[in-house]
Amino acid sequence: MAAKTLIIDGKQVSAQDDATILDAATDAGIKIPTLCHLGGVYDVGACRLCLVEVAGAKKLFSACTTRVAEGMEVHTDTERLRKYRRMTLELLFAERNHVCSVCVSNGKCELQTLAWQNGMEHVGYDYSFPRWGVDATHHLFGLDHNRCVLCQRCVRVCWHIEGAGTKNVAGRGARSAIIDDLKQPWGDSETCTSCGKCVLACPTGALFNKGSTVGEMSRDLNKLEYIVNARLKKQWIALE
Amino acid sequence: MIIDDLDAIAEAERSSAKKTVIRCCMAAGCMSSHSEAVKTSLEKIVRDSGLSERIEVRGVGCMRLCCQGPLVGVDPDGIIYEKVTPEDAPAVIIATQGGEANVKRGDPTHPFYTKQLSIVLANSGLIDPERIESYIAVDGYRALHAVLREMTPNDVVESAIKSGLRGRGGAGYSTGLKWATVAKTPAAQKYVVCNADEGDPGAFMDRSVLESDPHSVLEGMAIAAYAVGANQGYIYVRAEYPLAIKRLQIAIKQARQTGLLGSGIFESPFSFTVDIRIGAGAYVCGEETALMASIEGRRGTPRPRPPFPAESGLWGCPTLINNVETFANIPVIIRKGAEWFASIGTGLSKGTKVFALAGKIENTGLIEVPMGTPLRQIVEEMGGGAPGGVKIKAVQTGGPSGGCIPASELDTPVDYESLTRLGSIMGSGGMIVMDESTRMPEIARFFMEFCMDESCGKCIPCRTGTVQMHRLLDKIVRREATPEDLAKLEELCDMVARTSLCGLGQNAPNPILSTLRFFRNEYLELLQAQPDGKPAPAGANAT
Ligand SMILES: Cc1cc2nc3c(=O)[nH]c(=O)nc-3n(C[C@H](O)[C@H](O)[C@H](O)COP(=O)(O)O)c2cc1C
Ligand code: SF4
Ligand code: FES
Repeated sequence: MAAKTLIIDGKQVSAQDDATILDAATDAGIKIPTLCHLGGVYDVGACRLCLVEVAGAKKLFSACTTRVAEGMEVHTDTERLRKYRRMTLELLFAERNHVCSVCVSNGKCELQTLAWQNGMEHVGYDYSFPRWGVDATHHLFGLDHNRCVLCQRCVRVCWHIEGAGTKNVAGRGARSAIIDDLKQPWGDSETCTSCGKCVLACPTGALFNKGSTVGEMSRDLNKLEYIVNARLKKQWIALE
Repeated sequence: MIIDDLDAIAEAERSSAKKTVIRCCMAAGCMSSHSEAVKTSLEKIVRDSGLSERIEVRGVGCMRLCCQGPLVGVDPDGIIYEKVTPEDAPAVIIATQGGEANVKRGDPTHPFYTKQLSIVLANSGLIDPERIESYIAVDGYRALHAVLREMTPNDVVESAIKSGLRGRGGAGYSTGLKWATVAKTPAAQKYVVCNADEGDPGAFMDRSVLESDPHSVLEGMAIAAYAVGANQGYIYVRAEYPLAIKRLQIAIKQARQTGLLGSGIFESPFSFTVDIRIGAGAYVCGEETALMASIEGRRGTPRPRPPFPAESGLWGCPTLINNVETFANIPVIIRKGAEWFASIGTGLSKGTKVFALAGKIENTGLIEVPMGTPLRQIVEEMGGGAPGGVKIKAVQTGGPSGGCIPASELDTPVDYESLTRLGSIMGSGGMIVMDESTRMPEIARFFMEFCMDESCGKCIPCRTGTVQMHRLLDKIVRREATPEDLAKLEELCDMVARTSLCGLGQNAPNPILSTLRFFRNEYLELLQAQPDGKPAPAGANAT
């Protein structure tokens, strides 16, 4: 496979032909914030945190879905991008009920981490305080819609790694929500295999193992990647 | 089917024409004011009075001046009757035999009619959309024959490029170039899709075309399919358009029976079938990638482009997607030539554009004008201005993705570039006239509410940003906002426009930005004093 060379944040980088800007940056040790991206499943470009500037283009590009091109000059950390990322995170915090102090994922939450990494010191928008419920009907897992960021990572692992097709999105706009089967209680789902991959994939405390309390949810994302690599690349040893 | 058969159908149709034709509008606008009863009663009287040999009562498509419906036209007398009731029918019939009917008469010499240039709507209001013979009699499917028998696919693409036609669905991308991309992408299977989702509030151009002249769209699609190498087409229509769907179904069936769709059309190796897909009425499903997801049976949400549909569309195959009006232009371009088409309009905007004229305007209805027609001519001369002689304040184009053009800019020629320069867009053709009583922050709030409700929810800036922008606008309208809130709103406009995934979010701030640009004072007057007690800077005007 041919390689392509490009410049990311002033650094010469070479990447595989079909690599995304995110792949290339990660290989070169340049960290681009991501939320909806999840190694092992296809990207949807939904969270917009990974947006980067490409020299010569007016548009911004999501690094997770944009392929590298020869001679491309990418900027991942400009003033403008930092501001947009902060605003995106503020909007997300104002949308549902993200109360870290009582969350099972406190301290291990990707949203929380993104917030402090990107300098989000306060939320400049009015909180919505919507009334979302918790689905605790499954015997092993729970889904707290209040903490969901609609990244669809659970949906993608459910369909494309487990192949169960239980999880989906229903509704639109701010009323969008993760559902099971045809919007049934999770515990009644006939397709759910109780594999727990969705729980592994969740970046926040929205999906959790029952019985965990504040700060107790930890997830090992490598497990997902291990399964995918085993299947696609016949690579049976987990890479460190 | 060969050309002689087509000629024979046309000839039979023309020679059976009766002395008098009474055209009765059977498009959705007039039907909502009971034009069907008018037509039934006209038919009954013609039958009962033994005039069936001399008078044909024909159901036709949109006759343009929808606000005066039901409309009835009489040929060759050149009369248009307005607001016709079933009780008026005898008078209308008697008048065809000489004399005057005491029925409200329209004025065919009014600029509303005379300043129109009909290309897309040429057959609308004249032919019977439910009879393929009626379309064939006005040279229908001749362009398809010419293309299949006399032109290579490349010739057709070249023609489309040379015509200068640009997509009428909103973005205005060159139709020919789009065709060329699909044509050049090698693949065993390709598709042609007609976007008839038309979700803009107040827009009804595409609906009218489908209800009035469905075969022109089918013919345009078939020509496009030949040019790009596709054999299957889909028309994606919203479920809210039952009449358009019905007429399309009839048209497809008749075209198939006549041999104008199906395999080996005009005894050439070209085959093409068209199926209808019905959308459930989500605005975002008009966005091309969401529309294709919906056709595939998935949730209608957009995905990042590239890859563009031309490379990877329906089921991963190269797919050409064009708007209804774009396709309806094609047969005429082939018949009359690309040069002829390119001679109409302005530098980079060729041909005509159909607009749905609505809002505070005397003559509500459908108009088709050459690109470059000054906005003033459209709203003042043709539209007759605001009712009661009230002053027009602004004209909104492009719906929730567009902007408000202030009265001071009414001399702007209507073309893609000029509208963009004013912070609006051509859009798909909705044109809403606003008078002095309109308050701009409320208009902005209305459109933002629309975008908020219609956001698909996939990407964060649009899903959450529209909620916050709507909240801030609401605060402003309720006179509870501070200058700081306005600054926050402007910051969000920039952020949502730059970071959203698809056109819905990217353009959602346009109504705010354009009203802020031309009517900033209206916002400032609603602001509360700043927190430090300083009064709002009301005198400051941006322009
Ligand atoms: C939110 C959104 C809604 C749209 N709705 C429509 C529509 O209703 N009809 C349409 O033809 N194009 C619509 N478009 C534009 C299409 O994505 C696409 O550009 C168009 O169908 C291409 O056809 P054209 O080149 O003939 O204009 C919409 C775009 C966006 C972003
Ligand atoms: S911009 Fe809005 S409509 Fe488009 S993908 Fe994002 S959320 Fe969906
Ligand atoms: S990680 Fe790329 S858009 Fe979310």
